[in-house]
Amino acid sequence: MSEDLTHSPLGSLAYDPAPESASIAHLRASYGLFIDGEFTDPVAHEQFTSLNPANEEPLASVAQASSADVDRAVVAARRAYDNVWSKTTGAERSKYLFRIARLIQERSRELAVVETLDNGKPIRESRDVDIPLAAAHFFYYAGWADKLDFAGFGPNPQPLGVAGQIIPWNFPLLMAAWKLAPALAAGNTCVLKPAETTPLSALVLAEILQQADLPPGVVNIVTGDGSTGAALVDHPGVDKIAFTGSTEVGRMIQQRVASSHKHLTLELGGKGANIVFEDAPVDEMIEGIIDGIFFNQGHVCCAGSRLLVQESVADEVLRRLLRRVDQLRVGDPLDKNTDVGAINSAPQLARIKELTAYGEAEGATRYTSSCALPDKGYWFAPTVFADVAQSHRIAREEIFGPVLSVLTFRTPEEAVAKANNSNYGLACGVWSEKGSRTLWVAERLRAGVIWANTYNRFDPTSPFGGVRESGFGREGGRHGLEAYLNV
Amino acid sequence: MSERQEVRKTYKLLINGAFPRSESGRSYEVTSKKGTFLANVAQGSRKDVRDAVVAARSAQAKWWAQSAYNRGQVIYRLAEMAESRRDELAEHVALAEGRSAKDAQTRVSRSIDRIVWYAGWTDKIAQVLGSSNPVAGPFFNFSVPVPSGVVGVVAAQDSSLEGFVNAVFAPIAVGNTVVVIASELRPTPSILLGEMTATADFPAGVLNIVTGYTGEIAPTLAAHEDVDGLDLGGVANGFADELATSAAASIKRVLRAHEYDATSLRGLRAFVETSTVWHTIGQ
Amino acid sequence: MSTAPLRLVTSDERSVQLPSRTRLPVVESEAQLRALLASLSGVDAVGAEARAAKLATRSLKKSTKLAALDLAISMVDLTTLEGADTPGRITSLCVKAIRPDPRDANVPSVAAVCVYPDLVAHARSVLGSSRVKVAAVATAFPSGRAMLNVKLLDVREAVAAGADEIDMVIDRGAFLSGRVGQVLDEILAVKEVCGSTHLKVILETGELMTYDNVRRASWIAMLGGADFIKTSTGKVTVSSTLPAALVMLEAVRDFAETTGQLVGVKVAGGIRSAKDALRYLVVVNETVGAAWLTPDRFRFGASSLLNDLLMQRLKQRRGAYVRPDEFSGD
Repeated sequence: MSEDLTHSPLGSLAYDPAPESASIAHLRASYGLFIDGEFTDPVAHEQFTSLNPANEEPLASVAQASSADVDRAVVAARRAYDNVWSKTTGAERSKYLFRIARLIQERSRELAVVETLDNGKPIRESRDVDIPLAAAHFFYYAGWADKLDFAGFGPNPQPLGVAGQIIPWNFPLLMAAWKLAPALAAGNTCVLKPAETTPLSALVLAEILQQADLPPGVVNIVTGDGSTGAALVDHPGVDKIAFTGSTEVGRMIQQRVASSHKHLTLELGGKGANIVFEDAPVDEMIEGIIDGIFFNQGHVCCAGSRLLVQESVADEVLRRLLRRVDQLRVGDPLDKNTDVGAINSAPQLARIKELTAYGEAEGATRYTSSCALPDKGYWFAPTVFADVAQSHRIAREEIFGPVLSVLTFRTPEEAVAKANNSNYGLACGVWSEKGSRTLWVAERLRAGVIWANTYNRFDPTSPFGGVRESGFGREGGRHGLEAYLNV
Repeated sequence: MSERQEVRKTYKLLINGAFPRSESGRSYEVTSKKGTFLANVAQGSRKDVRDAVVAARSAQAKWWAQSAYNRGQVIYRLAEMAESRRDELAEHVALAEGRSAKDAQTRVSRSIDRIVWYAGWTDKIAQVLGSSNPVAGPFFNFSVPVPSGVVGVVAAQDSSLEGFVNAVFAPIAVGNTVVVIASELRPTPSILLGEMTATADFPAGVLNIVTGYTGEIAPTLAAHEDVDGLDLGGVANGFADELATSAAASIKRVLRAHEYDATSLRGLRAFVETSTVWHTIGQ
Repeated sequence: MSTAPLRLVTSDERSVQLPSRTRLPVVESEAQLRALLASLSGVDAVGAEARAAKLATRSLKKSTKLAALDLAISMVDLTTLEGADTPGRITSLCVKAIRPDPRDANVPSVAAVCVYPDLVAHARSVLGSSRVKVAAVATAFPSGRAMLNVKLLDVREAVAAGADEIDMVIDRGAFLSGRVGQVLDEILAVKEVCGSTHLKVILETGELMTYDNVRRASWIAMLGGADFIKTSTGKVTVSSTLPAALVMLEAVRDFAETTGQLVGVKVAGGIRSAKDALRYLVVVNETVGAAWLTPDRFRFGASSLLNDLLMQRLKQRRGAYVRPDEFSGD
């Protein structure tokens, strides 16, 4: 060993830029509303611009749907339901969905680039996670369309009718797949409202639906802001509302449909606890914490944003964690080596900054990655708060950004109590090599999903969803069908 | 100018992803329902059955280890292949079964849709047949369906394609590998489908097809101790009794003739075992 | 609201940190060794494989790729371990080792040639004053199934014949049946015979089966004085894999942080393409960092790999894919 060597810097093999080409996206200059199988101009001819959050440059002009447009879409969906889709057998619906899955696979590279441009997420994630999972979701539910009798809801379960589906900006295409695939498999027709800041991949999906010869009106896609979503929620012709987004908006939606016949499922916010016991597999646990909070810039409702570490290993875990945080490559989302991309929008960046400022003011110790950030676009360096108390705002409120709060515990009882001390209940992680304790903890955690020795795993066969203020209803698996069946 | 002569095809066995002639060097003549010559088809021997079982056994663990999603994709890929060659399949069904072109097309459509149906089951069967069991005690207890292993199938004699599809892809969908004795008099549609598996990413050995005289080779399959399950759908009652009795020596799962339809899971349930796990729960 | 300055992660914090003084753990009995091994963190196989797979998606382009290709060439232990090896073949190998591309003097020499003990003297004479080392596999390679005194004699003769490096195999049988003390003692004995000759200890990860075993065997080898720990002999079905190398690099990192001693890693067996080699370099880069990105601490045991590295290097410069026959077969 050389005498002067006291540390070995990680990542010294500097990677040259390896950007995916933006031109693969083949974006059009302007998109209309996808209603009754065609792209149409909005009644009021209003458009808005979707930006690339990594450089604030415009990507495409997108139609702003008014309540009149939403009405057109719902009418088209109803007509398609009455005349076509409700008379289409499960086996035939199944083949449409398989076709859509295949087309997503065939256009996966284009979709990945579109998603990364519009959302700001690293191309590695859109390429390896979002798009393959979206295709897998259609594959999975394609197989249910002709097997509904076996799904455990009694013989011959019936669809609800027209489903209004409102999705968030964090996994635009994947959330569209989570909504559309089970709804169509169960025999519903849909009006999908993508998020205002990330409408583009849903519009490419609309092209795919055309290529798949899906009958007109079975899926309608209306882009717009919150007012479009509100019009959809309020429309009397809608039988079902499925919403993924913030708890605040979810609460409003539940109030608005409370006195109607509409069925409702909500997938809302979270403040996931990632619980680390002293016997955790340490290297994989560190990776799991990283994935838990920095995957998709922390724009994940089930993010492991609270790290609960057993006191006996807290210092060691923090040391290893900081080293790993500083290794994260932050920057151009199209670069294949980027680990953490851009924050999706200016308002979201402002919210992250506001909450992290509270973290410092309330006395937590803040560590920030030394990574350089681009000049243009919306960026936030990976951040870890140590010495966080249960009462701190950063331990209670969903930040929805690359910010981790570290707390400690001494016993399994205390870990469970701290993890459950939240209005949310979406997801938790448990890290231990001791299976019986993991199950003991899992049994007591008030959360819809519990990951053991892993985090942020998604699969079309596995139900996902929350309890308490994280919402109700499940997406994925056999359970996911229930949200779209009249059972 | 001389008339162009067609290039005729030899119909061979499917064993371990390859298409060998019978090791016996024998073949037999297959005719259309009307009695005109169709092809010489490999006349599989007991040793071919043995080779097929070896291939199925060595493929089984790997097939089951593939993700259910992946197995579904492979089977769905076969449906894509079959759709693109549906006219060829229909022609053979029409000749073999003596049906009108339209009737044959309908049967091919049903067969392809049936393959799609099975493709969808790979990642759902555990959700339908499995369970979480609330035992009285601090235990996490769950049951999952696992494949029996290697399944021997004697395919339907009359329904040359549909019967074959049902008998073969039900056990394959749930993770078994299969050695099938094709319809003796009408083997060509199943051989065609077997050829398509070669372009559908089917791992070698998952589906093995032996053509030949059922009466000669079925007893070898039924008695083979390394075969875990036996579908006797294509065997008449008296002979089936004999084969079922022979299978009893090695305690095989035996499925006797039954109707396949979309409301029954019988074919899917026939060759699965239930595996139950207990795990303690405690601090 | 306060506007306290950001506490940026410091350069020390982002590195593998070594204690200023060497301090080895005390292991004077098998019980102490067992306790030490038991204190090591378990490896979650799913997580380790996922991490390796993720690192394998790194994309090295342009100057990074060129630099990495040259670095990889300089890390090759150009190997021939066949019963049919001849002095002529060794001569050819040594010439290539010194100057891998006869037309381009900028291509670095490889790190070493790796041969059976009886060919060490010949290799030594061909290599002459070049900086290419001679590595000899010894201790009844590849099975390790011989009496200890035979193994030690094997090493002694190889060293006497001029070997700079000894690649020994551990007793997997003893390890798998729990006789870890015996494994350690044997390594210590070999180390003593080696003296200043560098010792690489082959774990044969493909026979250890679990990553937990890979981590424990890595520690035993390092406690025994290994200068390098090496994945495989290349003679069993499963040779080096990216996750196994990752687990070994993590062990090397933790050992360095505990003891202050930097142990190298050699991956061997089944690494044939430049793409594979670059993936290993990425894992080194992101697991242990700069101090290991040198032939002194990372090696590839391979034969055909060198030609692919040379071909990719030429491709990067010419802009077109080149024929395999551009380079000599041996």
